[in-house]
Amino acid sequence: MTNMTNATKKRIALTGGAAAAEALRQINPDVMAVYPITPQTTIIEAYAKLAADGLVNTEVIQVESEHSAMSACIGASAAGARSVTATSSQGLLLMHEMLYIASGLRLPILMVDSARAVSSPINIHGDHSDVMGVRDSGWIQIFSENAQEVYDNTVMGMKLAEKVSLPVMVIMDGFNTSHSVENLETADTKKVRKFIGEYRPEQTLLKTNQPVTFGPLALQNSYFEFKIDQEKAMMSVADCYADITADFAEISGRRYNFFESYKLKDAEYIIVLAGSAAGTAKDVVDKLRQNGKKVGLLKINLFRPFPSAEIAEALKNAKSIAVLDRAQSIGTMPPFYMEIINSLNATKYKIQTASYIYGLGGRDIFAKDIEKVFMDLIKNKFSKEIKYIQ
Amino acid sequence: MKYNRDILEIIFYARGGQGAKTAAEIIAQAAVKEGRFVQAFPQFGPERSGAPTKTFVRISSSPIRTHEPVTDPDMAVVLDETILDSENVMENLSRNESMIVNSEKTAEELRCKINSRGADYEGKIHPVDANGISVAIIGQLRPNTVILGKIIQIAEIARIESVISEFRKIFERKIGREATKKNVQAIEKAYDIIS
Repeated sequence: MTNMTNATKKRIALTGGAAAAEALRQINPDVMAVYPITPQTTIIEAYAKLAADGLVNTEVIQVESEHSAMSACIGASAAGARSVTATSSQGLLLMHEMLYIASGLRLPILMVDSARAVSSPINIHGDHSDVMGVRDSGWIQIFSENAQEVYDNTVMGMKLAEKVSLPVMVIMDGFNTSHSVENLETADTKKVRKFIGEYRPEQTLLKTNQPVTFGPLALQNSYFEFKIDQEKAMMSVADCYADITADFAEISGRRYNFFESYKLKDAEYIIVLAGSAAGTAKDVVDKLRQNGKKVGLLKINLFRPFPSAEIAEALKNAKSIAVLDRAQSIGTMPPFYMEIINSLNATKYKIQTASYIYGLGGRDIFAKDIEKVFMDLIKNKFSKEIKYIQ
Repeated sequence: MKYNRDILEIIFYARGGQGAKTAAEIIAQAAVKEGRFVQAFPQFGPERSGAPTKTFVRISSSPIRTHEPVTDPDMAVVLDETILDSENVMENLSRNESMIVNSEKTAEELRCKINSRGADYEGKIHPVDANGISVAIIGQLRPNTVILGKIIQIAEIARIESVISEFRKIFERKIGREATKKNVQAIEKAYDIIS
């Protein structure tokens, strides 16, 4: 993210949850299905209050489970309504079945996820396990580092969903971001509404003069082709995302890319990660740079679709890389690591890449931990096994 | 050595339900009003009423990027004196840093108490009888807002006017004009007391 304007804007401070609610207020969706779960509850509480105070026209539907929340969004979206929801952890997993329906039906639903550990054992704190559990469900997934990015991604995410007719998941780190009060700048509501525009779906269930079927039976002779089309649609997302981030920069002064390159240009040692730990990692990069160490950070923003070619290009000059995951893929290497290996594998670049796992179940990660990872790279301390930052 | 040298960091020590989070947010919002960058967040543990809690505040003149918890504060604020029996509130506070304690005791009495558990705390101690002030002026036990006055007096991180205006913004609609007036008086009293 680069700040393109120097003009002093009014700064406010909100939690990540409240920042999402503020973006949703500006979007003013037709339908929001709500079911509370920590650490997402702050979003829907704030939104329900906005609705009760008459500040939005949204039909807030209180449902009896997350499965129903996603079902309500699917029904509403298929009927032509701009539909949103928010969840976390077990809630996201309970929606699992419906996530595939939403993406298969090409419904532009926006969901904010406060990423959290999943049971068992029971833990309500932040990590990326819930997000990774649904990474193959056909949703666009965008990570956020802080409250500012939650706000920005929520606004951009709504537009992106409708542009490509695919559902979008905007992800913030549960508690680290959802419950931290941080500074952010918000854009003028009128500008946001103009940016998103009116939602005019091509086909809906309620266009009775153009009757269509959503989700018909597709057996051996056609299911396969539907699924290939879905993949094609997902691969068109990157270009649209690039256009939307450029348009958003016009109203916000903040420009996003598929990933953020922090002091990568001449970096020999690079850490790859996503989410709130990126801020801490930037401080570490600055400190080590002052000591003459050529280190850099690649922060993943867009995770689905994964911008493999661009990421490989950004990493090509590294001597070594450490990929930090906040989730496991039990039985194999963790998700970000696999993506990076796969991205590099498609090129001629052979770069030693180490895997680290941190922050499971809300375990804190400190600047000194990240500094140690860089020192491992610099001292060429490699192992093929996953290293745990405990 | 501190990692974040240009950021002022505060830890609030309290018990669940004593309103440390609200106090931290008021301080943070007051600083935002004056053009500073802030972070305010609780230690993300189980929220049990009465259990010891930590709440963190960062204030800086430039953007704050780190998301690690505060471990080496510039100031500790102790909302409940009994916390001193179980928590190491002096941790990483050096000689020129300070601690505000809600207590009727003197600074020397508190120092003895803190160091009786084996610590060797040499920093400043600023006692303020926030319980007494809140009961006398507000008629209720509200040390969390009262102590804001003392924090501003010692740390000068925001103007008292900004803190009071934030307090009004959050509470006036909830508790009414009369109660707000009393709370504001109590904050001002803590701000004015010399200790």
